[in-house]
Amino acid sequence: MWKILKYSFIDLFRSKWILSYLFFFFIVSEGLIYFNGNLSKSVASLMNIILFLCSLIGIMFGTIYYYNSKEFIQLILAQPLKRSSIFIGHYLGMNLSLVSAFVIGTGLPFLLNGVIFSDFADSFVLLLLIGVFLTSIFSAISYYISLKSENRIAGFGLSIFIWLFFAVIYDGLLMVALLYFEDYPLDKFSLIAIMFNPIDISRILILLKLDISAMMGYSGAVFSKFFGTYLGMSISMLMLMLWSLVPIIFINKSAKSKDF
Amino acid sequence: MIKFENISKSFGKLTVFDKLNLEIGESGIVSILGPNASGKTTLIKMLLGMVIPNNGNIIYQNKSILKDWNYRKDISYLPQIAHFPENLRVKELISLVKNIRQQDSDEKELIDIFKLGNSLDKKLGHLSGGTVQKVNLTLCLMFDSPVIVLDEPSNGLDPIALVNLKELISREKEKGKLILLTTHIMSLVEELSERMVFLLEGNVVFDGSNEKLKTMYQATNIEKALANLLENGNVENIKI
Repeated sequence: MWKILKYSFIDLFRSKWILSYLFFFFIVSEGLIYFNGNLSKSVASLMNIILFLCSLIGIMFGTIYYYNSKEFIQLILAQPLKRSSIFIGHYLGMNLSLVSAFVIGTGLPFLLNGVIFSDFADSFVLLLLIGVFLTSIFSAISYYISLKSENRIAGFGLSIFIWLFFAVIYDGLLMVALLYFEDYPLDKFSLIAIMFNPIDISRILILLKLDISAMMGYSGAVFSKFFGTYLGMSISMLMLMLWSLVPIIFINKSAKSKDF
Repeated sequence: MIKFENISKSFGKLTVFDKLNLEIGESGIVSILGPNASGKTTLIKMLLGMVIPNNGNIIYQNKSILKDWNYRKDISYLPQIAHFPENLRVKELISLVKNIRQQDSDEKELIDIFKLGNSLDKKLGHLSGGTVQKVNLTLCLMFDSPVIVLDEPSNGLDPIALVNLKELISREKEKGKLILLTTHIMSLVEELSERMVFLLEGNVVFDGSNEKLKTMYQATNIEKALANLLENGNVENIKI
């Protein structure tokens, strides 16, 4: 597994796409710090960019990378390697290069501006962690979709739809449901509903940490009240870990039975 | 040495094999022949674990290879259509495969034979079809594996490379290896192989030596014998 991981990591980290991704986050973070002049505001502004962008880039990259590496996978499959190590190593290599580009690109400007010595060091670390989780979750989902779908266009389309669903449609549906059933107690329902959307979990996590519940809306307020800050954060963290793990289990299962 | 036992495989509605049984010995050159879409490549890919049978078992060295992977260190495989990462250079690809297999290899001689010296620093995406096939052959033959599986090895090769390939195959055979070969070039079969397995719609309709095929179908060469076999629509009767 490590050989494949190392190969795909090195292969990707040399590519101009990953380097531009790194550079993009560097410019955005540096720009935010420069214009806000304040680390706390910059962390909050960066949050929304990370929520949407990490998930979107993750989902696009997962599909593109799988389809582009089909040749490589076919070559490796005839070698004495376990199937699960091939696919998990390949996925982790891709994920690691995306995550490294994100962490270096975002982290460097904040480090240079002394985030470690500020009061927001822990919020910033949490923000990075969320970016890492979202990248891993969405790249794994799209890798799995590509593995299942031979048709590139269908695979890519479905991946983008999944992102759109979690980033936009899901919240809309939740809002409609909450309005429609407003006569009923909806606390538990909205809590559970949030757990099924990694972007929502991430948003709530960071808002709980930054303690700006006013921005959380109804569900965030319920979440904060119901769990209390630390329990809420631990449960959300646990859910994000589950979200990262489940697609990998599916990748493994599907890889074992696929014909090439 | 290799045994396919009651193998069934279908892709969706298309059934490729239905209870196929086939035994292949320890050494020698065995050609797997058949018209397009008769299941040759699927058979080979099942041996390599790339296609997983729906039913049945595949035995190699008295052990089932389904769910195993370590046995593949004994097999060198030449895929029919070489799919290589386009951004890799030839020498990077060679060292990648060497690094994965961790076995002794002798690529230098093959690079000389196929005159690949000038292409080593080129990216695979920039090579011609014939050169890619030469790289493919180098990757396959550089390890000293007891089983060599060649799927259409002559694809895109120029006549000189083809002569070299024939010599290489004969040399490997003399080392006592088992070589499985699929090809549409009948002269290659006639010159090299000792046993032929002819597949038709997933069934083995002929299994025997070249001489046996020629006498059975009263032909002077294999090409004519196979044409007679195919024209004789009643293939069930000649199933062996």
